[in-house]
Formats: sequence, C-alpha cells, structure tokens
Amino acid sequence: MSPDVTLFDAAALHRLVEVLIERGYRVVGPTLRDNAIVLDEIESAADLPRGWGVDVAPGHYRLRRRDDDAAFGHSSGPQSWKQFLHPPRRRLWSGNRDGAPEGFEVPDGDVPRYAFLGVRGCDLAAIATLDRVLGRGQFPDDSFVRRHRRAFVVAVNCTEPGGLCFCASMGTGPEAGPGYDLALTERVGALQGPEDGAVTYLVDVGTPEGADVLAAVPHRPARDAEVGSARAEVEAASRRMGRRMPDTDLRELLIRSRESPQWEEVAGRCLTCGNCTMVCPTCYCTGTEDVSDLTGQHAERWQHWTSCYEFDFTYVHGGGSVRQSGASRYRHWLTHKLGTWHDQFDMSGCVGCGRCIAWCPTGIDITEEMNKMAGSD
Amino acid sequence: MAPVPYRVRSRIVESHDSATLCLEPLGETLRTPQPGEFMMLYAFGVGEAAISTSGDPTVTDGSITHTIRSVGAVSRALHDAQPGSLVGVRGPFGTHWGLDDVAGRDLVMVAGGVGLCPLRPAVLGALAQRARYGNVTLVAGVRARSDFVFAAELEKWGADAQIELHVTVDAPVQGWHGEVGLVTEPLRRLALRPERTTAFLCGPEPMLRFAAEALIAKGVAARDVRVSLERNMQCGIGWCGHCQLGPLLVCRDGPVVSYDIAGPLLRVKEL
Repeated sequence: MSPDVTLFDAAALHRLVEVLIERGYRVVGPTLRDNAIVLDEIESAADLPRGWGVDVAPGHYRLRRRDDDAAFGHSSGPQSWKQFLHPPRRRLWSGNRDGAPEGFEVPDGDVPRYAFLGVRGCDLAAIATLDRVLGRGQFPDDSFVRRHRRAFVVAVNCTEPGGLCFCASMGTGPEAGPGYDLALTERVGALQGPEDGAVTYLVDVGTPEGADVLAAVPHRPARDAEVGSARAEVEAASRRMGRRMPDTDLRELLIRSRESPQWEEVAGRCLTCGNCTMVCPTCYCTGTEDVSDLTGQHAERWQHWTSCYEFDFTYVHGGGSVRQSGASRYRHWLTHKLGTWHDQFDMSGCVGCGRCIAWCPTGIDITEEMNKMAGSD
Repeated sequence: MAPVPYRVRSRIVESHDSATLCLEPLGETLRTPQPGEFMMLYAFGVGEAAISTSGDPTVTDGSITHTIRSVGAVSRALHDAQPGSLVGVRGPFGTHWGLDDVAGRDLVMVAGGVGLCPLRPAVLGALAQRARYGNVTLVAGVRARSDFVFAAELEKWGADAQIELHVTVDAPVQGWHGEVGLVTEPLRRLALRPERTTAFLCGPEPMLRFAAEALIAKGVAARDVRVSLERNMQCGIGWCGHCQLGPLLVCRDGPVVSYDIAGPLLRVKEL
C-alpha cells in the first residue's frame, strides 16, 4: 500500500465536483462546445468530455470519439487557464472629472474563487509562468494575484500526449507539478476482474487544502502495483511526445540567430494574425483603452489582451512602429518566448503545450523552426 | 495601479509644440522622481503617456514637473491642460541617470530636441552640487531654432562658468548666429578626459547612436555612456509587454540604460 496515494472511481469524480461547488468554488473544466474542447464553468462531472479525444497537427484540430470513457483523454484545446487568471478584458480604474479629490477607483478585489479541474503539467507550468510575470514583479498585478491565490487546482498527469506536445523538452510534463492541490492520473481498464474497462483515478495530494477536499470524497488507498503502473504510464508518455525542441541552449541560439535569413522565410508563411499569442497559455501582453460617457464626466480605463503581431504594438511617435516587418514581429515573438524571457523572468516563456502549432492557420511549427535554426547554426 | 489626482499649478509654453506643466497633488503625494525617472500621466478620458520628469530635483514641495511635446492625442491633451485642470499621475517608474554614482567624474550631457527635458533635472542636480563633479558639459541640438525648450535657461547656462554649453541648430536660419550642424560636431571637438567621463544622452534614436559612437571614439567606455530610451509604454510597470527591446523591459530596465547593453540592441534593425 502507498498510504499517501489514493484511488477513486468515476462516481467519486462526480462527488469531487460537488464538494468543490459546495465549498463555494466555481469549477472550471474541459467541456465540449463548437467542435472543440473548451474550458468553461461546469455544474457536474457529467459536463466533462467523457469519451472524446482530439487529433492535432499543424493548423489542424479535430475531435474524435475515443473507444473508452476517459474524461481527460485529450490534449490542449484552444483555451488555457489564463482566460480566468488574466481575463481577456477588465476594467483597470474609473473616475469622475469633478470627483478628483477622491481619486480614481479600482474595481474591488472580489474576484471569483475558481477550482480548475484537469490542469495538465504544461498548463500548470504556464500558471506558474504567469505568476512570475504578473504576480512577482516589483508591481504585482493585484487582480491576477487574488485570482491565483484563491484558486484550487486539480491537475491531471498526462498518459497520452498529443501529436504537437513537447512538454518533456520544456521540462513541464507529462507529470504535473508542483503547484497543484490534487493531481489525478486517469486510467482506463487498469483494474482486473469485473471492474475491467472502468475509469479510475490515482490521486496525489499536493496541499492540506487538497487533502481536506479529498477527505470528503470516497476513496481508498492505492495498491503499490496500481501506483507503479500509473507512474510507468506517465513516464512512458514522456517518450511519446509528438514534437521536441532541439537539445541546445535556445536563448543563446536565438541571440546568434538575430540576423538569420530564416526569419524572412517564416514571414513568407506567417499572416501576423496573432493566433499563436491568443492561444499561448503564457502570452500576457495587454493594451489599454480609454472610454468616457456621453457627458465626458465619467471615464474608465480598460485593459485587454493584445498581440505583439499587431502593427501598432510598438508604435512610437515620429518613427512609427519599431517592428514593421512581419519577419521582425515573428522574430520578436519566438525570441521572447524562448530566449529573452530568461533575461526578463529567469525562466522560459514556453511550456511545450503545442497550441501555437495547432492554431496557426498556416501551420507554422515552433519546434520545426527551432530545429531548423539549430541545424543551420 | 490607479493614478493619483494632481492639479496643474502652472503651465509654461516652451516652444510651438511643447509646454511645461507643474503639477501639485490633490490628495496623496507621490515620491518626487529622480532625474531620469518617468511618470505615467493620465489625461482624463483620453489616455496615459510615459513622460520623464523635467523638474528641478532640489524642489521638494511635492510638486512634479513635466515637459510635454504635443505629438498625439494623449500628449496633445496633456500639453493643452490649463492651470487648475486635473491630471492623473502614477509613478515614479524606471531607472534614473544615477547622478549620485558618478560624483567626482566629468559629466557630458547630450540632448537632441525635447531630449533636453529629461536631462534638465540632471543639469540642475549637478549644478546644485557643483563641487561634487569635475567638468560639466551640455551639448544641446535642435532641428529648427523654434524647437528650443528651456531657452531662457540655456541662455543662463551659456553665461555660467560652472557649465560648458554647446548649442547647435541642424539647419541654418536667418538671425541664428550660433553653431549649425548635428550635436556630434561639438562632441568631436570636446576636450575630454575619457577615463573619468560619464555621458548622459537623450534624443532621437539615430542621434543617440551617433553621439554614443562619437564619445566612444574619443575613448569613453560604452558602460560610461547612458542613454534614455523611448518605446511604446502602456503600463509603465512591466505588465503590458509593449516596451521590450530584446532582453530589456524598457519601463523596468530603462529608460536609462548604459550603452554597452543598449548599443548592440539598437544596432539590430526592428528589434
């Protein structure tokens, strides 16, 4: 027996969602919508995309029926948890022209208390990355910090990487952690006898809060063999990644490649649409927008996601935008993600989820470009 | 993150497109910016812009001073703000010139156009503690004679033995009896003691590069040349990502950056 590791079944997963809702969490998990697996608030574990998987390739994402009842048997969808921790649009402050002495009002700190269900290793690392960027600088983003601090995280260890996954290259998966309250390893048909074919979940506890929630859900200690085979499946997944990054210092490689002709070549395929930045779980850039009412007496400042591919992202009066060519904008995005992020935040900005490859309309593959660059280095 | 309300105490027209605002707090008083640092100034309902302090650093009455050139919607609204009107302020942010770290050294300050505004506090700070520094030199250039800001002060400094002043105008014009040409011309003529010289540069990017190269050619170390960079800034506090220059977040690691770091980055086109 492994006393710290427990096991529960699909019915207990239902109970887990109920317990989280009872405790006041808004539970967010994968659901099926618009021919994709999207993250949304769920009311019960019945909302999970049980029996659905996905096929991904560069510029390609298709749902497919699985021949089992796995709820987490799919790789990353178009969204990530940044949607909830770093919302696409929010009000920064508001104020009145004649209310000046009271100053400008920041929306109060009453942010939702989320429970994230089904956070993969790559995405858990992405949450930590956002925390480093937005939560741990000299000026922490209070909205992010509150949302992050209040969130309950149920991670999922990956046993079945997708065709575009490269978390093993980036050191973020397939085993999730740290940073979870509970971590599940979903298994189908691991039990013998009459339960053969049933879905079970091996559960690791990461925090006292996690243990407290687990205590309210029916479970039993996992047998050593169950733990061993589950761990082996996760370990095996690390050798079945669909993609891999070159095994070299990517930051140094990108510094050396600043003037590489490859940027022009990619620019011939890149539409500068910004899809990669929208689906990236760590791209955090924002723009601002000022609005006022018809009287001009009340004004608000809003923040919204933006993309470094936008033409006016680097606009400065006089000279215009610093990065005008598509090549320079692609170079900036890739170099920031894999290179200068280290200079700015002592870590990589890429977690290896593969979303930017799947959702690029022309199928530009970040791993392929880096491997090419390493090859011609 | 929200701005603090300040009121325009006074407004001085500097040139055809620039004005200096002295702002006083209505409630909370922010820290007085050090020479080189910037504030995010908010024109009510229009937007925010990052503007370096142009104020005298020896003034400690809680007021802040910024010189604003009208070049876009936000800077126009700030430039036009009349005494008594409200301006929101956040800051101070960014790195400063480091005037205190260079005590005992010669100072060469090079300004292009309104680049003089962020340098004015450094000039005034050095003059206020004149004995702490060796030679103090200011080279100020403008495109056209009508572009000069702080004209009265420049005239005063020109007559002040405490500071060596070189003023240039890019294009010759009737009635201008001073030097004609780019700031690099007087720079090349300067008699420097390169090992003990620190330079502060602010102006358009090509000017920064040429002036820095001219100083380096005279033997000044790149790390002793500090430039004030300008990039698109929407937050000033490292959240928005717009101001990146390679590894630098200019709002956090700048605007004042030494040229051994900035030079190689500025040489890469569209970085």
